Amino acid sequence: MRSLKVLSLFVILSMILVACGGTGSTGGAKELKVAILAPLSGPVPTFGVSTRDGALLAIEEWNAKGGVNGYTIVPIVEDSQCTPEPAVNAMNKVVDQDGVKFVIGEVCSKATIPISEIGTEKKVVVISGTSTAEAVTVDANGNTKPYTFRACFIDAFQGLVGAKFATEKLGAKTAFIMLDQANDYVKGLAEEFEKNFTAMGGTVVGKESYTAKDTDFSTILAKIAEAKPDVVYLPDYYNIVNLVTKQAKEKGITSAFLGGDGWDSADLDVVAAAGGYFTNHYSPDDPRPEVVNFLAAYGAKYKNDDGTAKVPDALATLAYDAANMLFTAMTTAGTVEDVDKVKTALEGIKINAVSGAITLDAKHNPVKAAAILAVTAEGVKFEASIAP
Amino acid sequence: MQQVSTPSQTTLPLVKPHTRLAWVGQLFFIVLGLAVVYILGKNLISNPTLFANIFISGLQLGFVYAMIALGYTMVYGIVKLINFAHGDVFMVGAFVSFFAVTRFNLHQWPLAVFPSIPPMVGVVIGSISVIILSMLICIMLAVTIERVAYKPLRDAPRIAALITAIGVSFFLEYFGALNFVFSPRFIPYERPFEVVAWYIKGGIHQVVPGTQPPDGSITFSNILLIIMLASVLVQIFLQFLVKRTKIGVAMRAASYDKQAARLMGIDVDSVISFTFAIGAAFAGLGGVLYAIAYSSIWSQLGILPGLKAFVAAVLGGIGSIPGAFVGALIMGQAESMTMGYISTPMRDAVAFTILIIVLLIRPTGIFGEPEKEKA
Amino acid sequence: MEFGFLVGSIVKILALLAYIYGILWVMAQPSRWVKAGGLIVAFGVVQLGLTKFGNFQILNSFDSGLLFQASAMTMVALGLNLIYGFNGQFSLGQWGFYGIGAYTAADITYRWVNGDARGLVVIAVGTILGAVILTGINKLLNQIRGVPVMSAFTLYLIGSIAAGYVAVMAGKLLFPVFQPLLGTNLEPGILATGIPLQVVFFLAVILAGVFAAEISFLLGVPVLTLGSDYFGIATLGFTIVVNVLMVNSDTILPFPEMKGGRGMVGIPKLTTWFWAFFFMIVVIVIMRNILRSSTGRAIMSVREDETAAKAMGIDIAGSKLMSFIIGSLFAGMGGAIYAHFIGFLSPGSFDFLVGFNPLIIVVFGGLGSMTGTIAASFGWLFFLEGLLRVLLGQMGTEAPTWRYVLYPLTLLLLMLIRPQGLLGTVEWGFLKAKEVLVRQKPKPASTDTPAVQA
Repeated sequence: MRSLKVLSLFVILSMILVACGGTGSTGGAKELKVAILAPLSGPVPTFGVSTRDGALLAIEEWNAKGGVNGYTIVPIVEDSQCTPEPAVNAMNKVVDQDGVKFVIGEVCSKATIPISEIGTEKKVVVISGTSTAEAVTVDANGNTKPYTFRACFIDAFQGLVGAKFATEKLGAKTAFIMLDQANDYVKGLAEEFEKNFTAMGGTVVGKESYTAKDTDFSTILAKIAEAKPDVVYLPDYYNIVNLVTKQAKEKGITSAFLGGDGWDSADLDVVAAAGGYFTNHYSPDDPRPEVVNFLAAYGAKYKNDDGTAKVPDALATLAYDAANMLFTAMTTAGTVEDVDKVKTALEGIKINAVSGAITLDAKHNPVKAAAILAVTAEGVKFEASIAP
Repeated sequence: MQQVSTPSQTTLPLVKPHTRLAWVGQLFFIVLGLAVVYILGKNLISNPTLFANIFISGLQLGFVYAMIALGYTMVYGIVKLINFAHGDVFMVGAFVSFFAVTRFNLHQWPLAVFPSIPPMVGVVIGSISVIILSMLICIMLAVTIERVAYKPLRDAPRIAALITAIGVSFFLEYFGALNFVFSPRFIPYERPFEVVAWYIKGGIHQVVPGTQPPDGSITFSNILLIIMLASVLVQIFLQFLVKRTKIGVAMRAASYDKQAARLMGIDVDSVISFTFAIGAAFAGLGGVLYAIAYSSIWSQLGILPGLKAFVAAVLGGIGSIPGAFVGALIMGQAESMTMGYISTPMRDAVAFTILIIVLLIRPTGIFGEPEKEKA
Repeated sequence: MEFGFLVGSIVKILALLAYIYGILWVMAQPSRWVKAGGLIVAFGVVQLGLTKFGNFQILNSFDSGLLFQASAMTMVALGLNLIYGFNGQFSLGQWGFYGIGAYTAADITYRWVNGDARGLVVIAVGTILGAVILTGINKLLNQIRGVPVMSAFTLYLIGSIAAGYVAVMAGKLLFPVFQPLLGTNLEPGILATGIPLQVVFFLAVILAGVFAAEISFLLGVPVLTLGSDYFGIATLGFTIVVNVLMVNSDTILPFPEMKGGRGMVGIPKLTTWFWAFFFMIVVIVIMRNILRSSTGRAIMSVREDETAAKAMGIDIAGSKLMSFIIGSLFAGMGGAIYAHFIGFLSPGSFDFLVGFNPLIIVVFGGLGSMTGTIAASFGWLFFLEGLLRVLLGQMGTEAPTWRYVLYPLTLLLLMLIRPQGLLGTVEWGFLKAKEVLVRQKPKPASTDTPAVQA
């Protein structure tokens, strides 16, 4: 026991020493602090890491160009766990302790909603890459929150696009919807898809829910095998898609799977998901310079364990776009101090981002076209583009 | 929490057993039971193949839970500790096999060393060696955890060990999520062998990839057979180990009364370590089979199966090896039947309701030994 | 600069401990005037720190946010300490009751500010009527004696469903009466602003607590008959089921305003330091007084030795139920405070994994030590969300991923160094027992069951 006590004392001391010896910010005069709130622990750490990496890449590129209006951008990364109260603490910390005026994040809508309220209260610009829930930019009374923006489509648009594609391009008459009730993103897409698909003359033959931590979908798949729908709408993230499509293949289910931008990841199991389609912000074979440059820069900065270049997923892309929107608006506004000017600049922003040409509507939601990508065993291919 | 210092028999009720108004409670159970029978019966008649398919998926779930539940039940039986880190040992097992397969191609060594053996045998030997490697690493991990985190707390209040178990569990999850360890990603798992599925309809046919089996067919895969086989073998092995070997006798003695066991010359500490090792070995095996079955792994994969398996162990009677097995199978069926016929979100509610009802009728679970605790 | 932050954080934590000590000390003073004055001063000091003087503020909203969360956590953890530390029932259901309290109170005030009085009316009528009916049935069953648990449970269940039905009817009936006074969310009526709103908030907190307590009664009747660890698992199941219901609050349950997994938005942020402090003190005083009463001694005797307690004529089931109900009441009140602090509820906050936090806090502070629980609630939050966040935030962009690696390590080390918790069973000031309550048993049987030595 004694040795244990000594050891633990040593560990605590070394923790404190490490903490003290950490690399602090250089005390340069022209610094612009920008906070990145991302769920680095909690239920979805991988989304947080992608978001952080995407945003950091944008910051690095701007700094390499000489910063924004001559200011060097100093990123402050905080762990917000995709849960309201750590997100609120993180937000309060960056705003009150660090004096940050611009925040990129959070990933999950349920964390972005409370921090956007703080943003409204304290005049801090919050720009989320990936929070798709409508309530992120609109408050309970239906008013647009003045300082909150986002870089992604809202649920309604992707659901509409998915339904349009299913009925018009795939000629689907029947659909089966799989959704995670606890995930606002999935739920939102699924509801909008259902609404639009039915309005376009299709029938929803079944609707089954699962939970995010499930790994066995065979019960739901048994029902799908019985119902034989034309399409299965599965608007979840790639981890669930990998599991479901693989098990579906093994059960011999031939219905086409259809999803949203959550599918976009280098970790998508293309062999299992082959034959499926998903709505996305851009296509990787898009020849636009923004896309090509982004893919090259991301791959050069971030490597997989085996040394190959990492391919950004939707979260990294949107975080990158969110950061770029912010810095472009600052350049337009010509200030990094005046939050209101930056906010006005953001409202009128026109930017050729990786995820398409972005303008914002009155509710601070981006207006941009969606790409439909087809998954084949060789990779993801561009299928169609559907404008809003 | 209180436990008597000497094992006493079940305390006899001082007053005569409760009898009055008993029919109200019985009526409640009967109504509940009738509802369940009605739902299941109606669906069985209306669509027997769907029922069979749901039953099979419940079977697969149940056998996976059984593998993990064994570790919980053995550790609890002997140290009365809910080892929350067990699910994470399971996760490590899955990851070890992942690295062994994708990085080192361990599953192909027989074919690389002896190119002349038939590929089938090579794959079997290769897969078994991957499993053995995972089991060994899990054993090492579990014994280390036991030595570092639990052993110093043997004499401390029991809750302290529980909190350290939660701590170890968090640590493994989030340390595993660091980029240079397992990374926080959801990793598609490369199987050491291919999955073959069959369907039953007028005989057993193999499913051709890309075509849907005809209507009214019952499908199953080789994974299910492997998991069932492994689970049953483990069960038999453990029964043999606990009932017929010297260490098994020592384990039973230690779980009954540690002080007396110590007086009889049993090295209780090493028996406990051995128990942790056995539990971890099967968690490792379970981890590999789980990863092969569902082929997607990440650092928090152990939480939920771990919890479910623990509930299954409690349901079956914690401390009892056949109990863990039976409890896990019941849990698997309860979950998949609820998913199939009621609604997925109510799955946990149903599972826990069954648990509470079983515990109310048999306070120590289905196969549980009479309570050694004071009531 | 980092060093400054570290020192600052440590100073803040120490100041906090001193503050708690001060409150407990002043409350122990015999004179009523000194007590009241001391509490007002204690409240005022923090309130002053929170007040903005131009641009200067001692406690910014990062600190105040932590303070509010810590006071909510204190209530929850004190409740759990009553159940587990003082009564010996290993409960993992505290987080479920916390969630129930949060959602109930949020629903009341949310509806109220949106011109719908049904939330308040239904919950108020339901809880009061439910309490009456449940007590009635309880009295009746006590007279009959020897009724099996499941029969009792069935009767209670029927009773509460009846109460719920009447409450919903009453809500429908009384709804139009309040309507004109409440106005709409855009043009709030006289009852939906200012002091009436504060009164409603006060009622909401109390009712949320009582509602959680009644649910805990229903759950406790069958489940408390299980052995200790089995009770733990059953209550864990309860937490999980509550979470599932929250996720499906708009599909399985009929509450569209809770929005299920999307999270409930638009809850008025009514939690102020006054309310947080007030309810925290109320909880502390209630719990301390209960523990000093004969009920409290019965509760503690059950922990020590059930057979002996039974022999002394103590109603074992009754005192278990009592501590479980009161503990859940505190949890529900804590949840209400939390909900009105954060203004947004998402089922993700009430996951069973997060639910281990109060348990960790209680064990950290010392089982059976109220002071320890209070100190640990504040210390834990300020360590994990304050110190670790601030420190790691300065160490580059990779460091925040380490927060949840360092946290369990600290947990492990502290547990290995002090398995009995930081304070053991030590109490400060007001909470210090005059009588000797410390458990003294002859050796080999130590105070709590050791992990191995049976």
